[in-house]
Amino acid sequence: MGLAKRIIPCLDVSAGRVVKGVNFVGLRDAGDPVEIARRYDREGADELTFLDITASSDQRDLILPIIEAVAAEVFIPLTVGGGVREVNDVRRLLNAGADKVSINTTAVSNPQVVADAAARFGSQCIVVAIDAKQCAPGKWEVFTHGGRTATGLDAVEWAQKMEALGAGEILLTSMDRDGTKSGFNLALTRAVSDAVNIPVIASGGVGKLQDLADGVLQGHADAVLAASIFHFGEYTVHEAKLHMMQNGIEVRL
Amino acid sequence: MGVDIAVIDYGMGNLRSVSKAFEHVAPAASVVVTSDPDVILGAGRVVFPGVGAMGDCMRELDQRGLTRVVKDAAASKPFLGICLGMQMLFEHSEEGDVAGLGILPGRVLRFPAEAMHVNADNKLKVPHMGWNEVHQAVPHPLWNGIADGARFYFVHSYYVEAGNPDLVTAFTMYPFPFTSAVSSSNIFAVQFHPEKSQAAGLDLLGNFVTWDGNIVANQCDTFNTSCSL
Repeated sequence: MGLAKRIIPCLDVSAGRVVKGVNFVGLRDAGDPVEIARRYDREGADELTFLDITASSDQRDLILPIIEAVAAEVFIPLTVGGGVREVNDVRRLLNAGADKVSINTTAVSNPQVVADAAARFGSQCIVVAIDAKQCAPGKWEVFTHGGRTATGLDAVEWAQKMEALGAGEILLTSMDRDGTKSGFNLALTRAVSDAVNIPVIASGGVGKLQDLADGVLQGHADAVLAASIFHFGEYTVHEAKLHMMQNGIEVRL
Repeated sequence: MGVDIAVIDYGMGNLRSVSKAFEHVAPAASVVVTSDPDVILGAGRVVFPGVGAMGDCMRELDQRGLTRVVKDAAASKPFLGICLGMQMLFEHSEEGDVAGLGILPGRVLRFPAEAMHVNADNKLKVPHMGWNEVHQAVPHPLWNGIADGARFYFVHSYYVEAGNPDLVTAFTMYPFPFTSAVSSSNIFAVQFHPEKSQAAGLDLLGNFVTWDGNIVANQCDTFNTSCSL
């Protein structure tokens, strides 16, 4: 027995509140990020990812007290992403209690930020998020600004470049699948995961538990990220782990 | 009167999660994150964390005049090294080809690329990141209440090869067995992050808070064996 494949619930945060519908039974306040984090921790989540989707930058600091509050009582790794523009943003999030910071648009517009942040804080805390969309059979293009801006970059080559610059992990989202509940883009996941030596988190498209197992078995993902299947109480993290285990995948129970 | 727990701060990474975890398991204890030599040497017990690159860590330690302080603390009181704080206790690291503190015999090596290709369908990634099993090689008071093989959270690209097999207190498979915890009298050091390892990690930190730094005496309590001390 060795390293377990990780299951990572993702929480979208806007102006200090969890959004995109979280609908747990028994939560006093379904939008309270601390309460939701606590719940996932109890269910056995291996890590938590917070994605700050706040539209205006002046409200973005509202995520800092949330991270502080979660880090004070949930003792698993926390990744925070969204709106990271400079090394100083990375520092503020780490100081608030994040263990890893995810960089997306800025990695494309200013790759030096990835290199500088990795050199300063260590590769272990720098995650590069890649949003990719299929552009030809077996080819995927990197998009930024929440999927609105095409970059002309090849997703596989981009992942390799980010590894070379010092990224410690890749968070790979298939824009074709995101929100469809039709499963991960397994070909994309496998192409990127096999091309790099750092861990790859598969994201985008999970609708059922078998999708998570397929992400690992067929996509070669090191970790799987999902939001809505956990938020709406369809499945608990524990159920997801049992299902992965039944598929012969090593998990932490 | 000194503080109960001093977490050594030498400017490498965020130590908040370490201090928060101690505040959680020992609400009555005084926990400080500090680079003050007097506070560190006056503390009841000392935690030596670390992230990033070993060369940077050694340089920052030196620039703050803390090299001697860490050595003195490691020689005199319950001492817990975490991640880079474990690796730095040894003599040398392949990472940047730098000397460590040399408190314990051994060296720090990178996971070799050729060993990571287990088979065509299984390439292990570096950094070794995530939850892996910690197999207890010997009994120790800090394992109290923690199942053998319990999973802890790791994130590292280098591992310790102890120069003395008696130091090996736990091992983990990736894909070969590497040393994931060492101990020597009042020193206990782990490659994983107990502060990020949920219940098992908090148990280990709780055990450290009550540990008297003496392996033998506590073993008797912990394992209920007869001892003639």
